[in-house]
Amino acid sequence: MKNLARYIIARLLLTIPMVFILLSIVFVVLRIMPGDPVSSMLGGHAPESVIELKKEELGLNRPIALQYLDYLWQICRLDLGDSMVFKQRVTKAIAEKIPATIELTICGILITLFLGVFLGAYAADRRGMVQDYVIRLYGIVVYCIPVFWMGLMLQLIFGIWLDMLPIAGRTGPRVFASTFEKTGLYVLDSILVRDFSALGDVLIHLVLPAFTLGLVLSGIFVRLTRANMLDVLKADYITAAEARGIRHRKIVYKHALKNAFIPILTMMGLQIALLMAGAVLTETTFSWPGMGRLLLERIYLRDYPTIQGVIIMIALIVAMASLIVDIIYAIVDPRVRY
Amino acid sequence: MATILEIEDLSVHFPINIGTVQAVQDVNLRLEQGEVMGLVGESGCGKSTLGFSIVRLLRPPGKIVKGRILYHGQDIVQMSQKEILSLRGRKIAMIFQDPLTSLNPLFRIDRQFIETLFTHERGLDKKTAFRRAEKMLESLGISPERLSEYPHQMSGGMRQRIMIGMGLILNSDLLIADEPTTALDVIVEAQFLDLLNDLRRQYNLTIILITHNLGNVAQLADRITVMYGGTIAEVGQANTIFEDPLHPYTQGLLSSIPNIKLDQPKLKTMPGSPPDLVDPPSGCVFHPRCPYDKEICRVQKPETFTEDGRLVSCWLYG
Repeated sequence: MKNLARYIIARLLLTIPMVFILLSIVFVVLRIMPGDPVSSMLGGHAPESVIELKKEELGLNRPIALQYLDYLWQICRLDLGDSMVFKQRVTKAIAEKIPATIELTICGILITLFLGVFLGAYAADRRGMVQDYVIRLYGIVVYCIPVFWMGLMLQLIFGIWLDMLPIAGRTGPRVFASTFEKTGLYVLDSILVRDFSALGDVLIHLVLPAFTLGLVLSGIFVRLTRANMLDVLKADYITAAEARGIRHRKIVYKHALKNAFIPILTMMGLQIALLMAGAVLTETTFSWPGMGRLLLERIYLRDYPTIQGVIIMIALIVAMASLIVDIIYAIVDPRVRY
Repeated sequence: MATILEIEDLSVHFPINIGTVQAVQDVNLRLEQGEVMGLVGESGCGKSTLGFSIVRLLRPPGKIVKGRILYHGQDIVQMSQKEILSLRGRKIAMIFQDPLTSLNPLFRIDRQFIETLFTHERGLDKKTAFRRAEKMLESLGISPERLSEYPHQMSGGMRQRIMIGMGLILNSDLLIADEPTTALDVIVEAQFLDLLNDLRRQYNLTIILITHNLGNVAQLADRITVMYGGTIAEVGQANTIFEDPLHPYTQGLLSSIPNIKLDQPKLKTMPGSPPDLVDPPSGCVFHPRCPYDKEICRVQKPETFTEDGRLVSCWLYG
């Protein structure tokens, strides 16, 4: 356990250089990109003097190296700064949007794991039968579909043709915003205040975006789980368990699946980054007020500090998630030592 | 002595894309309670397949196509899945070649023991199950505290003993040991064979010892069955087979063991190679390699003859 603590601390320390490297790249790329916050605020026809004045005010006239050092110093004080376009702290903008993204990605990953792992395990158990082929086909098809297109199609089918599910936003118009003041995770908040009609409304709004994200990523997990299960089912300890009279279903879904889960966990750690990228696209498709949409909006506006802030947050989330995966790893597999 | 297992005309086939592998063909074998039967033969002769078919654990596409396996008079071949499940681990135990991979690496030893107990004895409480597992470990010479460990924390010999323990904790009376010492080093192997000998007396165990190691068999077995090409060549008391092998294959097998006392310039070998079981030789499967090859051997399968209290399938004795 002491080793695990040391490992966690080491990993946390490692995220610091990672964030700085990422930040430097983003900082440079943003300033190379055509356009800047001033022209996006004032439009193309503002007088030169006004533009100069504004640039002076935002500090954009100073040498880039100085701006960069300033920004680094700011980050070292854990300050993400102010938006250049709106009168708003970057931390506040992110704090408002981050719960929506977390809610969406957690639901997405749960759907991915549930679908991917169980379909994969079932396909492996039924190897060579019709079920196996159908599930493998599902895996490939779903893996090939771009997230946004999947979102659009689900909206078209379930939102427009069948008219069953809402296609945008986190709630309907009749829910009071005051219900959601505790954590910003709407599902959790509405449970906390025991407002179950609000909970129903929130859940129904979550279905399409969460499934869009979950379905697309489930394809790779179906294939991975199936392949790992096929390997594990050939292992001696499976035959040995069978020779002890343990029921087949228990062997497949307990003995084998737990062993097959280890490489799946590794994959999950790697897929978190992809999940965040998917979240950006899903949020855009579903007008989901999360960090992905915030990022996209602020990129149009060239709002440098907010873009940098959001990217730091996403990097931190990815780093955290893969750290958590590593910890789960040590819990699942007794052979892992840190 | 009562008969515990009787195999009658058993044939096991593996249909594959180029034909059908006749892994076991018309095998007859009878085991008495309490004896150790050594099942020997070269790789691919069907000895493991025979072992696996007794508990109906043949890997697909393997199938028992013919014959009966009577365990205490009940035909295992005809049993339902449920009946066979209640036999495995409770009446018939099986241990495998590689103890390092035979235990689930993610479950603690106690959990694997308790799971086995719960599978066969519904309504058992956890404490009693745990006690029984502790007792079992003790009788195998392993400290009971090690129950709370994971398989990777134990040595190969220990893991093989634990495998046996899991098989015997429900008082099985038949143990099928499929090359149990192949993965162990010589010293651990000797200890393990001693243990098997003790357990056999303690539990009045009948053991089928599948191996290609004739030394193992000499140490432990009462009787020996020699298999060749999916058929039984010879069955008899261990010492008589070693002293005076009847079947030409057994003779060849025994004379190819290097002897340190004789000054042999060259290792004796048997000419030819094991038969292709998709398309086995006509008549006696051994005839292409047999030094006494006769006309009848090529056309007709040898009957089983009794010679000197032994069963031998060879026309030499017809």
